[in-house]
Amino acid sequence: MPLIQAEQLTKSFGDTKALAGLDLEVEQGTVLGVLGPNGAGKTTAVRILTTLLRPDGGRATIDGIDVAKEPRRIRSRIGLTGQYAAVDERLTARENLELIGRFFRMSGGDSKRRAQELLDRFRLDQAGDRVVSGFSGGMRRRLDISMSLVARPTVLFLDEPTTGLDPRSRNAMWDLIDELTAEGMTTLLTTQYLEEADRLAKEIVVIDRGQAIAKGTADELKDLLGGARAEVALGEGADQGAVIAGLGGLVNPDAEPAVGAGTVTVPLRQGTTTPQVVRALDAAGVAVRDVTVSRPTLDDVFLTLTGHAAEEVAADDEGDQS
Amino acid sequence: MTATSPNATSPSSASSLVGRAGDTVDAPGGVVWALRDSWNEATRHLRAVPRSPELLLFATLQPIMFVLLFNYVFGGSVNVGGDYTQFLIPGVFAQTVVFGSAFTGIGIAEDLQKGFIDRLRSLPISQGAVLIGRTMSDMVRNVLTFLVMLGVSFLIGFRFEGGLAKGLLATALLLGFSYSFSWIQALIGLSVKSVEAANSAGFIWMFPLTFLSSAFVKPENMTSAWLRKVAEWNPFTIVTNAARALYGGTPVGDTVWQSIVFAIAITVVFSFLAVRKFKSAASH
Repeated sequence: MPLIQAEQLTKSFGDTKALAGLDLEVEQGTVLGVLGPNGAGKTTAVRILTTLLRPDGGRATIDGIDVAKEPRRIRSRIGLTGQYAAVDERLTARENLELIGRFFRMSGGDSKRRAQELLDRFRLDQAGDRVVSGFSGGMRRRLDISMSLVARPTVLFLDEPTTGLDPRSRNAMWDLIDELTAEGMTTLLTTQYLEEADRLAKEIVVIDRGQAIAKGTADELKDLLGGARAEVALGEGADQGAVIAGLGGLVNPDAEPAVGAGTVTVPLRQGTTTPQVVRALDAAGVAVRDVTVSRPTLDDVFLTLTGHAAEEVAADDEGDQS
Repeated sequence: MTATSPNATSPSSASSLVGRAGDTVDAPGGVVWALRDSWNEATRHLRAVPRSPELLLFATLQPIMFVLLFNYVFGGSVNVGGDYTQFLIPGVFAQTVVFGSAFTGIGIAEDLQKGFIDRLRSLPISQGAVLIGRTMSDMVRNVLTFLVMLGVSFLIGFRFEGGLAKGLLATALLLGFSYSFSWIQALIGLSVKSVEAANSAGFIWMFPLTFLSSAFVKPENMTSAWLRKVAEWNPFTIVTNAARALYGGTPVGDTVWQSIVFAIAITVVFSFLAVRKFKSAASH
């Protein structure tokens, strides 16, 4: 049985339907990536699963416990890291951690020891006794996550954990999530970035307007999208037939090429690289002025799966989530 | 994972981060734990007080300014049929402690905006404890401000003319009234969408509340009949009168018990509303 299970969750805020029958399942020891634009209902789903919000309809359980009926028992088992680093800036990192320990009914000694362990684990031991207001974004994020881990949760919720982080901190966060997964953590991660879901999650659920519209592994989703495309600007005497013949085995036979004014767009097989495309065309002697290989983006996912762009949704229900 | 990950260098398995399904012990609840939760939450704020002395400084400067300005600017022109200092100071005290309650709403709005309320609500703690801890710690700050005000007031001639016991009772009455107001502010802090809004919404209504009262002038000297009526019926007038009578050693009439009833009623009603709001509070 999945450790997290949600069936037909619904939630409305006034006239806005944040969730319209969302189903989710997370197997023990895996990461589920919940992928969607702003306003898709990601945060609403996390808030319901972490007992912060009651669903209007549907049912969700964690470790067999109903989140709406026994919120207190759920809270003993979960860790939550939201979109903003929820740390008390006026306290030191150590004080923040000890506070959470005491809230989890640890003794003074236990919460001190646990705080030290986590400071060591998260490379905050040098900064442990400094007031958090002087911390960098990455350090705050690490403290934030370590605060979610004080009581050794069974399930971790990460709501857009890398939003607002610089690339270096983002990579560090990814490594950290990998480590947790290696230790057996069950994680539900929301993200706006296909790349992030791809990197971290075994299973990905794409949600839009409060519903799951696709799910599968990263590879399965990419196949759904048709993979990468090569846009070729034709040179003197070249045409569509020559380009396709030149690319040969690199062409994805399941998708249709498109012809523009002096350009040809050819769908490519999974894993095809730009140099491969250039070399193949060169070897075949096709006259080409320019080649651009583009990969599916979140916008492509949305365009393909829903027929509307991610941005439109974001503009529609800005600030849906709370 | 690589060999250089922090995990590989961790001292022991004791630092494991992950709980096993089915192993977790439910955190205990009950009144005793609710009190401990409240205390933990209060210490979160109290630790911060000495770290931002400028906050305390400015919170204290304002009442000192009020004491001095009202006393020396209006002192000569307002006729209260006696010593204006002795009349004014309890009013300034009352206004200051009630204004001090606004910090509660601002602090809560800040926690809400930063997602800290979400974190607290996701913990297996008593839900009321967060607000009790906050209001209690703000009370401590109010006491500190009060002590400074008392010191300055004594310097310019204010005295406990009714004796020490009544003076302390008056002080306790004002602090208790302020505590009840911190629950109104808690509700405001949980209801508004930003810290700025909490600031405005927290203060704006307290100006008419405290000025349309007996705090600075006698209501019977007010220019219009309806102003006099409002001032006479204002609970803030009753508390001010109670404190003034106790500090001055004059008859208190019904004002003391009425003030206590007001404070308790406001606390009961608004703590209920605030805790209910807290349970559904969402970060913005």
